[in-house]
Amino acid sequence: MAAEQGKTVDLSVAMILDPVPAADWLVIAPVALPLIFGAVLLMLRHRTATQPRVAIAALAALFAVDLGLLIHVWTGGPVVMTMGRWLPPFGISFVADMLGATLVVTAGLVALVCGIFSIGTVNDIGRRYGFYAFMMLMVAGVNGSFLTGDIFNLYVWFEVFLISSFGLIILGSGRRQIDGATKYAILNLVATTLFLIATGYLYGIFGTLNMADIARKAPELRETAPLMTLATLYLVAFGMKAAAFPLNFWLPASYHTPRIVVAALFAGLLTKVGIYALLRTLVMLFPPERSVLSGLIIWLAIGTMLIGIFGALAQNDIRRVLGFVVVSGIGSMLAGIGLGSEVGLAGAIVYAVHSMLVMTALYLLAGQMRRAGGSYSLSDLAGLYRSHPMMAAIALFLVLAAAGLPPGSGLWPKVMLVQASLADGIWWLALAILVTGLLTTLALGRVFVLAFWRVKEAAERTGSEIATTASAQTAVLILCIPVAVMGVWPEPFIAAAQTAVAGLLDPATYAGAVFPVEAVQ
Amino acid sequence: MRTLIFRTMAPYLTSLMVLFSVFVLLRGHNEPGGGFIGGLIAASAFAIYGIACGVSPVRRALYFHPMGISGFGLLIASLAGAMSIFSGVPFMTGLWAEVSVLGVTVDLSTPLVFDIGVYLVVLGSLTSIALALEEREED
Repeated sequence: MAAEQGKTVDLSVAMILDPVPAADWLVIAPVALPLIFGAVLLMLRHRTATQPRVAIAALAALFAVDLGLLIHVWTGGPVVMTMGRWLPPFGISFVADMLGATLVVTAGLVALVCGIFSIGTVNDIGRRYGFYAFMMLMVAGVNGSFLTGDIFNLYVWFEVFLISSFGLIILGSGRRQIDGATKYAILNLVATTLFLIATGYLYGIFGTLNMADIARKAPELRETAPLMTLATLYLVAFGMKAAAFPLNFWLPASYHTPRIVVAALFAGLLTKVGIYALLRTLVMLFPPERSVLSGLIIWLAIGTMLIGIFGALAQNDIRRVLGFVVVSGIGSMLAGIGLGSEVGLAGAIVYAVHSMLVMTALYLLAGQMRRAGGSYSLSDLAGLYRSHPMMAAIALFLVLAAAGLPPGSGLWPKVMLVQASLADGIWWLALAILVTGLLTTLALGRVFVLAFWRVKEAAERTGSEIATTASAQTAVLILCIPVAVMGVWPEPFIAAAQTAVAGLLDPATYAGAVFPVEAVQ
Repeated sequence: MRTLIFRTMAPYLTSLMVLFSVFVLLRGHNEPGGGFIGGLIAASAFAIYGIACGVSPVRRALYFHPMGISGFGLLIASLAGAMSIFSGVPFMTGLWAEVSVLGVTVDLSTPLVFDIGVYLVVLGSLTSIALALEEREED
């Protein structure tokens, strides 16, 4: 519009004038697609029969797009798109590197599977309350967090998925749900507020919010600026989000209250966004500060692992057991961040992918067990092995995977983490990881033995069994495929994680993708 | 609250406020205003109508469910951003078209569509909340 006044303006100083290749749209599609379909589903709120079809078609398309993005990143390195044509750091960049792309694909699969599971399990009331619309918007928020290259934008996506998750957790407005949602909401709001404060502080120091720009400027500012304070603030904020010890108590207190498919989605997606944000900030932006905090993070990791798994041993409700197992898994990922070596970080990323798949599958399986056995309580469930042998096989497989035993996917990240901690001479961390593995076997083995192997007394009828649906069984089976593949053939997963770690430890490629002009100079 | 004066005045007040909200929405591109504030004014218009005449007339007048309006707003806002795929420019780039209507040149743009989307999201969600609160009072 400035041209109207007769001045000549050199647009290339402010704007990207090169045409954008169509493949670059893969970066924004994982966010735009669920947002658009979320809006459509909101409009279809009263067409409860149409909703699942639209949602599952959208989630399948989303998963295809996610895979396309992963292939694109795998073959061509980080993909960048800066919104509105403005040059970074003024325009908001979306950057898909190997870390973001891997997590987006996993999240896409988890969301698709939860969508399939929901066909037979979320009733008309849940649909009318907007289950599918909220789910889509939450997926948009999670994908946005994984892909954004701007730290304030990351905060915005955190808010997007957080608010959608509030909607999901109170779906149905039961008394217990409101109770769980209050704890969940307040603790998460405190964490996001801390995140916002830290980001405001960061902007005051750096004068930029673009992560690639921060990574470039941090070495110059390190002498004078209080980067240590920033790193610690981010550690607390994201640690709380990820449910790390000692701020882990909100998770087991709230994850057993919503519908099981909602809990599965949360367990699969939300805490891992916290871990992702920790990797991004501590490892990519503030690596020297991370190494100062490393000892603290390792102790937090050990605390999270052990407190989580001891909690799991003490529970009687399957969903609460699983809630504590989620917390314990966060400890393992934190251990990788604390170690900070290549193997350790790769282990944390592989663990994150494994945990997203396996925890979702376990929650969905718990939903199936509730339908088959009439209860979530371990004192009521019994004899499922005889009545549902197929479910027992899947359960055994998933329990082994979660405990880190072959043939499941949990073995490899644990091997990597133990190897990394022994390489750094931190034997007590290796010991804690192994002890946690043993205790996980006990905690989940206890669930398996009681629910499946215990003989059911004839009089012991809870009377609320519901037939399991085919869609729900398919959903759990689909999730077992990548878990099995990862257990038997982990090389591609480890290779992806190693590429991701290389990108995190040396952000030059990342920054070069965002600022191509200066990279040439 | 349902005095004769208020009930008589409320429809006029509401229509004025809705009109004004559209004005604020449209002037928003270069001057103070825009979708968010316009949506707030429109939502308060419907809230006033609801206080004066009850919730069901408002729902009838809106025809669509407020949440549906919200969803539509979100849809057109995201589609306005996605329009730029056809021009080979990044997501959310503003695209302009000059249209001549009866001899007057009008600038149409995707930011305007986006702003209308924001207007509808704010209008829908706040009206939905206001109507729910007003309904509760009537029980």
